[in-house]
Amino acid sequence: MNAPQRDTMLLPTPFHSRVEAMCELNDWGNWMGYTTPNAYFDVELEYFAIRSTTGVFDLSPMNKYRITGPDAEAFLNRMVTRNVSKLGVNRVGYAVWCNDAGEVMDDGTIFRLGEQDFRLCSYQRADDWLHWCTLGFDVTISNESEDIAGLAVQGPTSCTVLKLLGCTDLDQLKPFGIAHFTFEGAPMMVSRTGFTGDLGYEVWVAPAQAEALWDQLFELGRDYLIKPIGSYALDIARIEAGFLQAHVDFVPSEEVVRNGRTRSPFELGLEWLVDFSKPLFNGRAALLAEKARGSRYRFAMLDIEGNKPAEHSFIMKGDKVVGTVTSAAWCPTVKSNLAYAQIEMPHGAVGDQLTAEIYYQRELHWTRLMAPCKVIDGPLFNPKRRRQTPAPPF
Amino acid sequence: MNQYDAIVIGAGHNGLTNGAYLAKAGLKVAVLERNPYIGGATVSRELHKGWYYSNCSYVASLLRPEITRDLELPRHGLQVVPFGGGATFMRNGDHLGSYSDHDRHYREIARHSKRDANAYDRYVSDTSRQTKLIRPYLLKTAPDPTSLKPRDLRDLVDFARSFTSMGEEGLLDTIKFWTGSVGDYLNEYFETDVLKAHLAGSGIIGTALGVYSPGTAYVLLHHYMGDVDGNVGAWGFARGGMGAIADALSKAFQSYGGDVICDANVDEIIVRDGQAKGVALKDGTEYHADIVVSNLDPKRTFLDITNPKDLPEDVLQKARNFKIRGSSGKLNIALDGLPIFNGLDPRSRLMAGDLHFSDSLERQERAYDDWKNGTWSKDPYLDMMIPSLTDPTMAPPGKHMMSVFVQYAPPKIEGRDWTDEDKDGFEKSVLDQISNYSPNFRDLILHCETRTPREIEAEVGLTEGNIFMGELTFDQLLFNRPFPGYAQYRGPIKGMYMCSSGTHPGGGVMAAPGANAAREILMDLKRPNTVPGGYADD
Repeated sequence: MNAPQRDTMLLPTPFHSRVEAMCELNDWGNWMGYTTPNAYFDVELEYFAIRSTTGVFDLSPMNKYRITGPDAEAFLNRMVTRNVSKLGVNRVGYAVWCNDAGEVMDDGTIFRLGEQDFRLCSYQRADDWLHWCTLGFDVTISNESEDIAGLAVQGPTSCTVLKLLGCTDLDQLKPFGIAHFTFEGAPMMVSRTGFTGDLGYEVWVAPAQAEALWDQLFELGRDYLIKPIGSYALDIARIEAGFLQAHVDFVPSEEVVRNGRTRSPFELGLEWLVDFSKPLFNGRAALLAEKARGSRYRFAMLDIEGNKPAEHSFIMKGDKVVGTVTSAAWCPTVKSNLAYAQIEMPHGAVGDQLTAEIYYQRELHWTRLMAPCKVIDGPLFNPKRRRQTPAPPF
Repeated sequence: MNQYDAIVIGAGHNGLTNGAYLAKAGLKVAVLERNPYIGGATVSRELHKGWYYSNCSYVASLLRPEITRDLELPRHGLQVVPFGGGATFMRNGDHLGSYSDHDRHYREIARHSKRDANAYDRYVSDTSRQTKLIRPYLLKTAPDPTSLKPRDLRDLVDFARSFTSMGEEGLLDTIKFWTGSVGDYLNEYFETDVLKAHLAGSGIIGTALGVYSPGTAYVLLHHYMGDVDGNVGAWGFARGGMGAIADALSKAFQSYGGDVICDANVDEIIVRDGQAKGVALKDGTEYHADIVVSNLDPKRTFLDITNPKDLPEDVLQKARNFKIRGSSGKLNIALDGLPIFNGLDPRSRLMAGDLHFSDSLERQERAYDDWKNGTWSKDPYLDMMIPSLTDPTMAPPGKHMMSVFVQYAPPKIEGRDWTDEDKDGFEKSVLDQISNYSPNFRDLILHCETRTPREIEAEVGLTEGNIFMGELTFDQLLFNRPFPGYAQYRGPIKGMYMCSSGTHPGGGVMAAPGANAAREILMDLKRPNTVPGGYADD
């Protein structure tokens, strides 16, 4: 045996054997060092599984941190901009956190599992910052990323399928609620959360249960047209639903090298996540100063004429460049051409009429298109079923 | 009370679209519908408890995205979901499948012929080139070559420019496309019977012509020029059935203040001093308006609900001669489970698409011979779908709804009306064909709705049951649709207009005729246009 020693650059997730079996396109990507599918069989059809039936996305590579101890709530209140005290047990909250300069480091979700027990799911690895922030707090931080396997189960038939899996009365769970069940004799946690803007859930189990969970879900979900979905389909859904993506719509501040490339929560349209009634949190002083002084940029959601996605476009007011697009997609359900842009103040207020400079190529021929666009005050995709409790039948 | 600015006759998708754009412009509009329900041929009905049938039109692709977006149809509940897959089953137990991935599709055709698999790329680009020529004209009024109006001249010059820019080869192709047969066209590319038959189906659907009849190549194009989210040629289902399209259009129309009035069976368009003044219903009720828009087919419009005394002789003559021959029927079937087809894994993605059993042009042409002989095809061409594999709302979980479009079925059997026995015979020929390829199919049938041209005409009001409201042949397209001189949506009576699929650009649930007609009406009224322009197709 003279084979050279082979390092495994990318790791398999706990669902990998099942994911691989279904990944007909063999189109793989790298997410946090794990082999994850970009697409399983057809991006378009995968996207529509989310909107019409059920799409299943393996989110095991997500960074997950357990934060426990008497000061857990106070610690998180110090770290993130929103008020964690208002988050009840078995509730989930979206949050961003900043450095002292009020620059967004990352976004994520906080699961309150008990009075003194939280789980933080973050886009970035956060070990260093979490430990840095513990100074003076009686908390324990543990990285449990590899200890928990997760599936996002999203779409109109998702509740029905999960109820068949044994999630009794799941339809009664409110958005951002958490419920606990048993699967194969082991704990299974289900939260009504997701990255699609649709009715949907995230299911969390120990890696040992992962394959059985996948198998049963797809067996029980067959009559409800359950389909696996890859990251490309999820990306269309998240843009249509109005969700930001770190590294795409903002650069995490710890990674920024060039001056001025960070963004504050205000500049990302996340003012609603900043609670100044908290006496102290990271970045508070800087954000207060920014609020008094005014921000440099405004996050704008653009409804663009025509059907050419405004990828990487400059946004103009008259002849002047006032911003750039960070995410853009033709949204297949609302049939509109949507983009997120960073617009220089004072431009970009809701209703502002701007122009997107769109370049697109057809058969090596480039065309420049100046497409009128309008700043809208929220995503056009916002179905009732996303908010309804009990979750409606499909 | 019954006074409106405009009255639209027929609450099909074009009538509702027309009404919506007129109402959006501030007009007081009523859309009148003969049936107790709206939709016309864009309808879903629960004819067996728990099963929803899109019992006329059954797939969506041509519905103009500009209209969907502009009228905010998604907000009013419309969701068009594309489907993948599709296959033609062969008598030898094999099949030809349709895959969305280019190279997987290549491998599938290559099982039958490597050369055809390779030629398929050439076929796709040649066909796409032809769709590019037409697509820009869908949301435009067809320019009239006999007119000297600046708009017509400008559009004609534009058309001539894109036409001549195709070069000699391209021009020849174009002429072949507009005049040739789909069989001849496909023979130039392929050697495999099953591939040709699989593709030729789109050339005959809804048309009383055979695969070797001149004019069918265009019909293929007509089925190829739609798109779902920019994927040209892709087809989808309206979630909840085709009725979801009419429902969303109706909500949009009503959001602009329009009235939908059902059970309103129009007897005659009221004309005074050469000006349309409204309509009289069969029950004697009258609705008054200076704009009357007919969403009925040209024959019904001019020979049924207009008094011949109000019409010029040439229009009556043209209406009488208008080709609107019935050619198809439909079976809608509630199934207790998923049928198994010979040689195909029931979990295969191919099952979710259009399924067929005619594996040669020869068989398709023979099926047409039966039509010419005045009877239904004994070995019909089927365009069969199981929408419940894509849309979970069409049938209970684990059960399925099957939609079977059947070609050919003549409007009359050997010159006489259809009888119930004929209908049974027609149904049997379809069920027999499916059973030949699916051992468990018959046992799964819970309910079957069979519609011959007789039922389609009686229930929906499509003359002879013609799904396109008039043949899509060159003599009835563009500036000839419905007739020369009347192709810009204006009728021969002042204030009277047409907006049905019998006008440009034709049928297929595009909603373009309704929108184009509204633009012309608003122009005549000197009101600002509310109809969006088409997206650039480059």
